[in-house]
Amino acid sequence: MINFKNVVKEFSGKPVLRGMNLNVAKGETISLVGTSGAGKSVTLKHMVRLLEATSGEILIDGENILDKDGPELARMREKFGYLFQGAALLQWMSVFENVALPLRENTKLSDKEIEEKVVSVLEKVDLLAAAEKLPANISGGMQKRAGLARAVVTEPLILLYDEPTSGLDPVTSRTIDQLIHDLQRDLGVTSVVVTHDMISALTISDRIAMLHQGRVSEVSTPKDFLKSENEVVRNFLDSQCISSKFFEEFPERTLS
Amino acid sequence: MINQNTYECPECCSMFARWGHSGLAFCQLVGQAVILNMRALMMFPQMFRKQSRPEVAYQLFFTGIRSLPVLSVVALFNGMIFAIQTGIELQKYGQEVNVGGAVTVVMLREMGPFMTALIIAASVGASIGAQLGTMTVSEEISALEIMSIDPVRFLVMPRLVGLMVMMPLLTIYSNILSIAGGAIIAITQLGVELQAYLDNVVIYAGNKDLYTGLFKATVFGFIINMVACHQGLTTKGGAVGVGKATRSTVVVSFLVILVTGFIITKIFYG
Ligand SMILES: Nc1ncnc2c1ncn2[C@@H]1O[C@H](COP(=O)(O)OP(=O)(O)OP(=O)(O)O)[C@@H](O)[C@H]1O
Ligand SMILES: [Mg+2]
Repeated sequence: MINFKNVVKEFSGKPVLRGMNLNVAKGETISLVGTSGAGKSVTLKHMVRLLEATSGEILIDGENILDKDGPELARMREKFGYLFQGAALLQWMSVFENVALPLRENTKLSDKEIEEKVVSVLEKVDLLAAAEKLPANISGGMQKRAGLARAVVTEPLILLYDEPTSGLDPVTSRTIDQLIHDLQRDLGVTSVVVTHDMISALTISDRIAMLHQGRVSEVSTPKDFLKSENEVVRNFLDSQCISSKFFEEFPERTLS
Repeated sequence: MINQNTYECPECCSMFARWGHSGLAFCQLVGQAVILNMRALMMFPQMFRKQSRPEVAYQLFFTGIRSLPVLSVVALFNGMIFAIQTGIELQKYGQEVNVGGAVTVVMLREMGPFMTALIIAASVGASIGAQLGTMTVSEEISALEIMSIDPVRFLVMPRLVGLMVMMPLLTIYSNILSIAGGAIIAITQLGVELQAYLDNVVIYAGNKDLYTGLFKATVFGFIINMVACHQGLTTKGGAVGVGKATRSTVVVSFLVILVTGFIITKIFYG
């Protein structure tokens, strides 16, 4: 579904991605983890061409997004839902209007159909009660969920999440995990989740990719990831006190 | 959305080379800003589309109605100040009855559009710069792009409509108030009859002066939007960046308005 082939990205001559290779299969959930500044957000932005690669190829469903322009790029972007780290809701619109915005702008649905869709999505993220509030007047966790609702309301094939649980309390984090998991299970979307939160990465992912110095230094299933001998991975796990027996210690963590 | 690959100075040590590079970088900025607003101008026919109508209406309201209080005070006092000063001089020659003409000509030709533009640049322009700047640094602009919503149509075009429609109207309004301010001084301080003042105003008020003034006002509206939107959409670096963008919106638009005002005057009267 998403293929990175030798992608290099430099910012004013300073390399951030140095030949990244990554394959995301259709329908899977993959987590990108790595230290701050490893280039996780940059990687995610390349998938929708918010950033332009210096060299390399980025194939979405076999089409190179770097060749696309104008309406073709817009058509490719329609496949994506993107949850930004700061939710990026428009501040002068209510939660409801924010979620309705992509439908109003890009589809020919009637007002009534739009309302039905928005209400059902808001129900899913448990925000119906706050639908008429402005983004500034709801909590950070609610903003993230509103951003999530906006990302999924157009029924995209691919969902990109930039740190969906950072800055949230552990309890809300786990509800967000459950949400991501449910969306994947119910809609069969392909998801890429950037996160620092190992619990979240281990529980929601089919595979975990470790980014280090602009390359993918390890990709494996959560179980193998825990047992990895890779020094970078071991350091990352140890710093969050995640032992290699995580799943045996906390069997209730497994999402269904 | 705006090409982020800004022109970069290659390493060089010659002073003249550095000047040249900053010159090129400057040209790129101006080009980007002009293209951005020309694109918005081309999209004017879309302002009547269902999705755009509320935002356009709001911008017209925000630019026009919300600016009235401050503009009223400034215009009125500006007219009074001008009438006092010219009145003192005219009285020396016994010509105080011509104060109405002096106020009218100055307001229609120069001060009306200029003063209105400065106030609108400092209020509406600054607010556009700050808002779009905040939206840029908080990734709201990126979010719009991913949803395939063109920020030029969604944000820049309605603001351009607001400014280009409202600037001439606000200029007419402030002209009228300034002339009224002049009348207050003429009647109370200079002993000119109201009817004599008004007759004098009508004698001196020329069509050409009115039209050039309004043309200028429209151009100033374009300039304010051009500077504010470009500064806002190219903001980098969090809250500090938004502060910088707001500041340069005001400073740059003041300078461009001044220079453009001179050029237009030169073309029509020089
Ligand atoms: N627009 C930009 N201009 C210049 N440098 C940038 C830009 N965006 C990112 N970088 C650089 O790229 C590197 C990686 O940034 P990125 O945001 O991808 O990190 P990250 O892995 O997401 O980290 P975090 O976990 O802290 O969000 C950083 O060193 C940053 O300085
Ligand atoms: Mg990041």
